[in-house]
Amino acid sequence: MKRMSWFNVTALTLGFAFLYLPMLVLVIYSFNASKLVTVWAGFSTKWYGTLFQNEAFLDAAWVTVKVAVISSTFATILGTMAAYVLVRGGRFMGRTLFSGMIYAPLVMPEVITGLSLLLLFIGIGLDRGVLTIVLAHTTFSMCYVSVVVSSRLVTFDRSLEEAALDLGSTNWEAFRLVTLPIIAPAVISGWLLAFTLSLDDLVIASFTSGPSATTLPIKIFSAVRLGVSPEINALSTIMILIVTVGVVTASLVTKRNAIRAQNDAQAAERAAN
Amino acid sequence: MRRTTLILIPYLWLLVLFFAPFLIVLKISLSDAALSIPPYTPQLKDGISALIRELDFENFVFLTEDDLYWKAYLSSLRIAFFSTVLTLLVGYPIAYGMAKAPDEWRATLMMLVILPFWTSFLIRVYAWMGILSNEGLLNQMLMWLGITSEPLVILNTTTAVYIGIVYTYLPFMILPIYAALDRLDASLDEAAQDLGCTRTQAFWLVTIPLSKNGIVAGSFLVFIPALGEFVIPSLLGGSGTLMIGKVLWEEFFNNRDWPVASAVAVILLLILILPIVLFQRNQQKQQEAEQ
Repeated sequence: MKRMSWFNVTALTLGFAFLYLPMLVLVIYSFNASKLVTVWAGFSTKWYGTLFQNEAFLDAAWVTVKVAVISSTFATILGTMAAYVLVRGGRFMGRTLFSGMIYAPLVMPEVITGLSLLLLFIGIGLDRGVLTIVLAHTTFSMCYVSVVVSSRLVTFDRSLEEAALDLGSTNWEAFRLVTLPIIAPAVISGWLLAFTLSLDDLVIASFTSGPSATTLPIKIFSAVRLGVSPEINALSTIMILIVTVGVVTASLVTKRNAIRAQNDAQAAERAAN
Repeated sequence: MRRTTLILIPYLWLLVLFFAPFLIVLKISLSDAALSIPPYTPQLKDGISALIRELDFENFVFLTEDDLYWKAYLSSLRIAFFSTVLTLLVGYPIAYGMAKAPDEWRATLMMLVILPFWTSFLIRVYAWMGILSNEGLLNQMLMWLGITSEPLVILNTTTAVYIGIVYTYLPFMILPIYAALDRLDASLDEAAQDLGCTRTQAFWLVTIPLSKNGIVAGSFLVFIPALGEFVIPSLLGGSGTLMIGKVLWEEFFNNRDWPVASAVAVILLLILILPIVLFQRNQQKQQEAEQ
């Protein structure tokens, strides 16, 4: 084991301090008793209290979660199909356009995606609300899902599928019983990615939502435009906490599975000897 | 039959909800603003011949005449370019440190880089508002240390936008560089040193060129979204910072001039084509190199 040089230790310490201190400050000041966010006036949890009495925030949070669950589920189904078509579809008419449409939304500025979808919805006379946000979010997240899933499909050993087909299963059975369980981790990460993207999106939601549907980011944005507010700090703290618990759990599970797989492999090796 | 449905469903979805909207933007950018609902003319219901006859490039001419627009494009390009360079300067040492860290730390470090990515973008930008304001934490600290006697005005300036972009896009820079450095064979560096290079020379002559793909990928991943950025300039930049994403938003929501907003979008897309194509080529080269 090589020792790390002082340069590397400094780079990592400063780098991670830069990444995490601003969020830490946000969390600390959410417990500030003063309304003035920059003056510390003792510990208090009152902003959490006022936050949970704020109907507008709670409504927005509910709309956001609803949109995120529905759109990420659709996005996962469509994205997995698209990935399958890209990796296994072979040649078909308009394949280049198809793969272009999968990759373009990943690099498209959000203002353009939002503007163009809004113009479409108005053009076909669709009232803006939860439905239009779901359609918009499904469209851009399915592209992320398909990139995640297709990167797994590429490394997938195709002979397993062929074996299932040889043994008499239909295409759908082969997919459901062989392919899907193997690509499941990628499908799940795709869903999580789509879910987070939807929860997080301000710009596209602002363009595609109407007065009947306000999402949490839209609400937060209009509140923080007026300046820093302790209620938003409390809300941010809750969101940061949820994400942290989720990511740490996910990485612990991955680590445990990796260790288990290693142990299994070693055991198999011992058994073989 | 099955295969056709499988292809058709995602294909049609994207055609209707991704491709068609662009044609509409393109079409409206060639229309005239009008006091109607929707506020442009000609509309589809006016018939195909009117649609084609009345299309013109007025909006694009307007964009070149009013210097707000080309200043906004130039300023976006400048901000995106310099913040990409800054992100690279901040991100490379972190990625390098991660690649040199003991194996048992790597998973944790990786998780620490990815974690902010899952946290709300809006919240991460918002966090800086409290830090950078005149009474904010940074100014309190600088004044307490006696570095300045007056608070520095940082919030609502372009400096704050740079800080915001570097902060929020840092993981996009770190991850591809880390991936490139991780694949790098450490013995190459040792060989260079055995052959008489100093450590600094070995770094510049061996490590940097071999991590070039990661640097290029990371830079595009920062530059491309930064160019059309809206949230960061509107929360941290104040009225003095001109960026095209913000101009488009205001043209649409405040001035309700849809044709000009669409024309702004079309030009932004044209500007983005070059970096996107270069990025794709770099990714392809990398994939080929891996195989």
